[in-house]
Amino acid sequence: MPLNTQPNIENPDAFYQRLVELHQDRSEEQSRLINASLVLLLANHVGDASVLEEAMRIAAQTADQP
Amino acid sequence: MMKTYTYQTLPAEPLADRKSRRPVVVAGAGPVGLTMALDLAVRGIPVLVLDDNNTVSVGSRGLCYAKRPLEIFDRLGCAAPMLEKGVSWKIGKIFRDTELVYQFDLLPEPGHQMPAFINLQQYHLEDMLIARARELGEGLQLHWKHKVVSVQDAGDHLRLGVEAPDGLFTLEAEWLIACDGAGSPIREMLGVPFTGRAFQDRFLIADVLMKAPFPAERWFWFDPPFHRNQSVLLHREADDVWRIDFQLGWDADPVEERKPERVLPRLRSMLGEDTAFELEWVSVYQFACRRLDRFRHGRVIFAGDSAHQVSPFGARGANTGVQDADNLAWKLALVLGGKAPEALLDSYDAERLVAADDNIGHSSRATDFITPKNAASRAFRDAVLRLARDHAFARPLINSGRLSTPTPYPGSPLNTPDTEPFAGRMRPGTNCSDAPVRAGGEDGWLLHQLQGDFVAMVLGGENASEDLDVDGVRCRVLRIGADVEDSEGLIAARYDLRPGTTYLIRPDQHVAARWRAFDTRAIAAALRRATARD
Repeated sequence: MPLNTQPNIENPDAFYQRLVELHQDRSEEQSRLINASLVLLLANHVGDASVLEEAMRIAAQTADQP
Repeated sequence: MMKTYTYQTLPAEPLADRKSRRPVVVAGAGPVGLTMALDLAVRGIPVLVLDDNNTVSVGSRGLCYAKRPLEIFDRLGCAAPMLEKGVSWKIGKIFRDTELVYQFDLLPEPGHQMPAFINLQQYHLEDMLIARARELGEGLQLHWKHKVVSVQDAGDHLRLGVEAPDGLFTLEAEWLIACDGAGSPIREMLGVPFTGRAFQDRFLIADVLMKAPFPAERWFWFDPPFHRNQSVLLHREADDVWRIDFQLGWDADPVEERKPERVLPRLRSMLGEDTAFELEWVSVYQFACRRLDRFRHGRVIFAGDSAHQVSPFGARGANTGVQDADNLAWKLALVLGGKAPEALLDSYDAERLVAADDNIGHSSRATDFITPKNAASRAFRDAVLRLARDHAFARPLINSGRLSTPTPYPGSPLNTPDTEPFAGRMRPGTNCSDAPVRAGGEDGWLLHQLQGDFVAMVLGGENASEDLDVDGVRCRVLRIGADVEDSEGLIAARYDLRPGTTYLIRPDQHVAARWRAFDTRAIAAALRRATARD
């Protein structure tokens, strides 16, 4: 199964709000830890190496965009 | 400083015969050079070992010896004292702060002669290898305080400049095996590139003599209360000596950190004020992962740290070097005996470069986990360690060093590919799994039956003929059920044997080919391939 990059989250605004709330009143170091944990948990859930590879490729590209 | 070991000064006897051309000169009498020399000597090749020093290893250095090198030492007749003196272990534990987060067992199945690992100080190991070398008589000559200072290729031989206590002389050799360590002077003489990555971290090794309640296990701490924000590794050595590695960071001063006034407080903080201990040896090290582009350079062949260097996490240095020697010795013996072309030596490159890359890969990944390079990788590392306590998925991501296991050679040009399906872990290019056997009314081990020559191992083998001779290369037939008994059924299980199943096994106990029936023509063809003759 390829990486799904079509809208798949039922309530996008609510999800986004939860994501931001995760980092409220957190230090930069704590925030990095939370994000890293989130990536690891979701990556394990996905499992499929080709899907993860595709997600990492797209994620890396965002840093190269102007 | 050392209480448990006294260094002997090894005799710097002058080399009497400087005229005759030597088939093989081994430069360096460390674990790799000595293994190389022993393996050639037991195969009947006269060998001269030259070492620039006159003591065994200063410091415990290479400490952990893995199952496969122990099997090789056993084949060479010197494993027994190592097993007796060494500390056998197989459990590794990883702590974050004070909490156990992960545990591994390196030998989860029974039915193997050798333990997963022993810890044995390198000076003890070298003493045992030297003792074995002396048993082998004139065929194996060891000369201390003799240093190879120049190498000149003369076509069908080499001319070596040797610096000895009584002056400089020239020696002719057909082959030079450079086992002269990570800083290899011979590599410098040849000017061959040795490239890779250096890691920006420093570690303190302290060997401590004490009576301690720790079990014989490998314990690794991330961020313990006694050494905040860094890692610590603990190993038990022989003679109540304990190896403790403290991660120091790149900014640490390697000269200052070696001083007892810096080392002792670190140890007291870890061991408690009430624990009595004495320092045996202290060293500060940093490391790199790098290798040569190829290990054979004409008549000079590199083995061990001179050819490839890794970080110490995973005990992959000496262990893989010993396996280099295991791979090279039988090939060189056949070439010197005129029974295989020099092309066979190129398979040493093909096989051991794969192993070096495997080791460098594991070693670099472990180092990236232990020494994160930036804030993001540190966050991932810390997240893994925190998640691991309650969430099983994170535990296999913890990397405190993946401990040395043999690298198989599935792509080796010496293999004959399977034509029929087999189950299990064995395949062409893997080292042979051990198993219990009964032979001559006594319990023994399969690997003892797979020594010296090529072996055709067949289950049943009623039609198996006498030992084979393939253009001068002997292949012994080993009939499972007739010559030896598969006493616990583990050979059949581990090799997926059915009646008639035949394995062709190399002199270094690796699978070359296998079939479901015993066929001397197929065996001969596979043996020719395994000796680079087709």
